[in-house]
Amino acid sequence: MAGLSLQNLQKTYGKVEVIKGVNLEIEHGEFVVFVGPSGCGKSTLLRMIAGLEDITGGELSIGGQVVNAMQPRDRGVAMVFQSYALYPHMTVYDNVGFGLRIKKTPKDERDAKIREAARILQMEHLLDRKPAQLSGGQRQRVAIGRAIVRQPEVFLFDEPLSNLDASLRMDMRMEISKLHQDLGATMIYVTHDQVEAMTLADKIVVLNAGVVQQVGSPLELYHRPANLFVAGFIGSPKMNFLDVTIDEIGSGVVTVSGPDMKPVSIPVATDGLKVGAALTLGTRPHQMQAADHGPITATVALVEHLGNETIVSLRLPSGKAIVAALDGDFPVTHGATLHLTPEASKAVLFDAHGTALQVT
Amino acid sequence: MRPKQTKSLQSNTLAGWLMSGPALLLITLFLIVPFLLAFWFSFTNQRLISPNPTQFVGTSNFEQLLGVGTLVLQPEKAEDGSLVVSATGELSYPRVRDFTRNNPDFQHLNGMREWFGWEWGNTKILVLARDLVFMKALTNTLFFVAIVAPLQSIIALLLALMINQKLRGINVFRTVYFMPVVVSIVVVSLLWRFIYDGRSGLLNNLLQFLSFGHFQPVDWLGNPDTAMWAIIVMSIWQAVGFHMVIWLAGLQNIPLTLYEAADIEGASSWQKFRFVTWPGLRNTAVLILVVITMQAFALFSQIDVMTNGGPLDSTQTLVFQAVQRGYEQQNIAGGSAISVLLFLIVLTISLVQRYVTRER
Ligand SMILES: Nc1ncnc2c1ncn2[C@@H]1O[C@H](COP(=O)(O)OP(=O)(O)OP(=O)(O)O)[C@@H](O)[C@H]1O
Ligand SMILES: [Mg+2]
Repeated sequence: MAGLSLQNLQKTYGKVEVIKGVNLEIEHGEFVVFVGPSGCGKSTLLRMIAGLEDITGGELSIGGQVVNAMQPRDRGVAMVFQSYALYPHMTVYDNVGFGLRIKKTPKDERDAKIREAARILQMEHLLDRKPAQLSGGQRQRVAIGRAIVRQPEVFLFDEPLSNLDASLRMDMRMEISKLHQDLGATMIYVTHDQVEAMTLADKIVVLNAGVVQQVGSPLELYHRPANLFVAGFIGSPKMNFLDVTIDEIGSGVVTVSGPDMKPVSIPVATDGLKVGAALTLGTRPHQMQAADHGPITATVALVEHLGNETIVSLRLPSGKAIVAALDGDFPVTHGATLHLTPEASKAVLFDAHGTALQVT
Repeated sequence: MRPKQTKSLQSNTLAGWLMSGPALLLITLFLIVPFLLAFWFSFTNQRLISPNPTQFVGTSNFEQLLGVGTLVLQPEKAEDGSLVVSATGELSYPRVRDFTRNNPDFQHLNGMREWFGWEWGNTKILVLARDLVFMKALTNTLFFVAIVAPLQSIIALLLALMINQKLRGINVFRTVYFMPVVVSIVVVSLLWRFIYDGRSGLLNNLLQFLSFGHFQPVDWLGNPDTAMWAIIVMSIWQAVGFHMVIWLAGLQNIPLTLYEAADIEGASSWQKFRFVTWPGLRNTAVLILVVITMQAFALFSQIDVMTNGGPLDSTQTLVFQAVQRGYEQQNIAGGSAISVLLFLIVLTISLVQRYVTRER
């Protein structure tokens, strides 16, 4: 059983702090995805878990054992690299069997394991080829094959699909998901594609600038983002943000309004709130409806008819832009004026520090 | 757009020829013409300065150079059939000179001299050569190549592996190892003559110091047993930095992730060299082997400055002989013949090397 425990994990390069104290518990068998913008430290964190980067501070345990000073090979992890890292002069067969050969696994056992991995990944016909004779998706399969033959407790993936085209990426995503179900191993997966994160993860870890912003299931992150960063990062199209102030505080509900919005009541825990305080209202494009007397009035700037829905970009009186996802056959034209209603129960309020207000 | 561009490039062939003209002219004048001339001269009796017209002599130059024969000598017997034994208990043999000087029964050995020989029971078997100095030069050159090519490649590779590490101040070592390459070989040879000096040379002093005065000074360049080795050591020292840089370029072409993948799979340092580094250096190795072999065959400056082929012809080499014959003995034909032979040897070896190291 190999759960992971990261305690106040830190990494600095010289004076540059890259990972600033990450705390995280990962259960055995969980599929955990690290997401975040480029340069936020996802790869660094993953490589620290793999043992490819030294740990500057904090404690990392795998399966209950502190592994800070352990060599990569002793940590029981396998890693799939973005660049595949296949050995160019070896056949697929030898690439997949490399780790077993290093461990001096008997030949017939090795052969059986390689063929089993090839069967799982449907690449039995590729075993005699060299990596140069493979397509990107096939190479990725080989890289995954090399990871699974060793039957590690923990799989690490660093943006494994980012070199593939969109449709292949979708296929591989499903295959990885299926692999996770079949193997039942712990998987940690790095991506900056939030769709990948949402579809694959049991648990998403949102990172920004070396700090964990929020840990939670995909839906938790979508519906109850902990702060403005997560709210803006998860979900597509992005959440809309409006500046508002508190007009009135009721029991479990506040009424807010702003330069671009007439008063709306939002359910929220009211402790510590004061009338007149400045907040940010977050509302997702899919949680706005067009209504004749909606509190938000805006001018249509761009219309995208996608068939199943219509994505409308609008300009608010203050000049800010918002996006609404309306019905597929909603009649709307460029330059028209629309009235919109945010779905109050799903809207999120953020305080002046960008932290989401609790809901009772 | 594209066809038009191609056309304008094609219509400018004249400009192309003009631009490459100077280089082509020089190459023709100093490489191609001399090469063809040497080929032609080697079949004539051309001398550097001679009142007589040049004559075509067929392959006699080559016969002269390559002429070898064997002579089997039986011990002399007395009238009664018993072996003649000298006072010191040695057998007596007929003189070689009797066979090689105007002996009508041994016309094919005429003018040859003893090269080497061995004993077979009481029988003496001698190998004779028509041109002993050339044979010496040939064997010395082959010996030099056989020692220098592998040794220099391996030392250069070891240096490159050491220097490829990310250590503080490693650039100092890179510079130091590369420095001899930048210095003219003539200057290096002059300096090493002082190092090897028989009485107060640096090497003798050093060895005496290290052995607390027990070491007897050796005249490294004046002793037939050590002269060639002295040249070999100095030649390797001088050129190893150059090949180190080529190895280094090859090493840095190997992606780092291959090593990281190997780390995770549990490969030891030796296994990483064996399975990642060495296969990645294959093309570099072929290049280096060919270049070193060619350079080693061209051994000349060191000999010219340090030993002049001596002592006792122990450091004669093919190029040195070619120059000596052509210019000092004014025998252009003989020098050309040696050059042509050298060309054929190097060509053959390069082709064999290419065949042996071909991509399979
Ligand atoms: N060797 C290093 N020395 C100094 N800084 C480094 C080094 N390696 C990485 N960094 C810095 O650490 C930060 C995190 O890098 P990391 O590779 O983990 O980003 P990432 O989240 O994986 O980004 P991406 O999505 O682009 O792959 C970056 O700002 C990077 O500049
Ligand atoms: Mg990365």
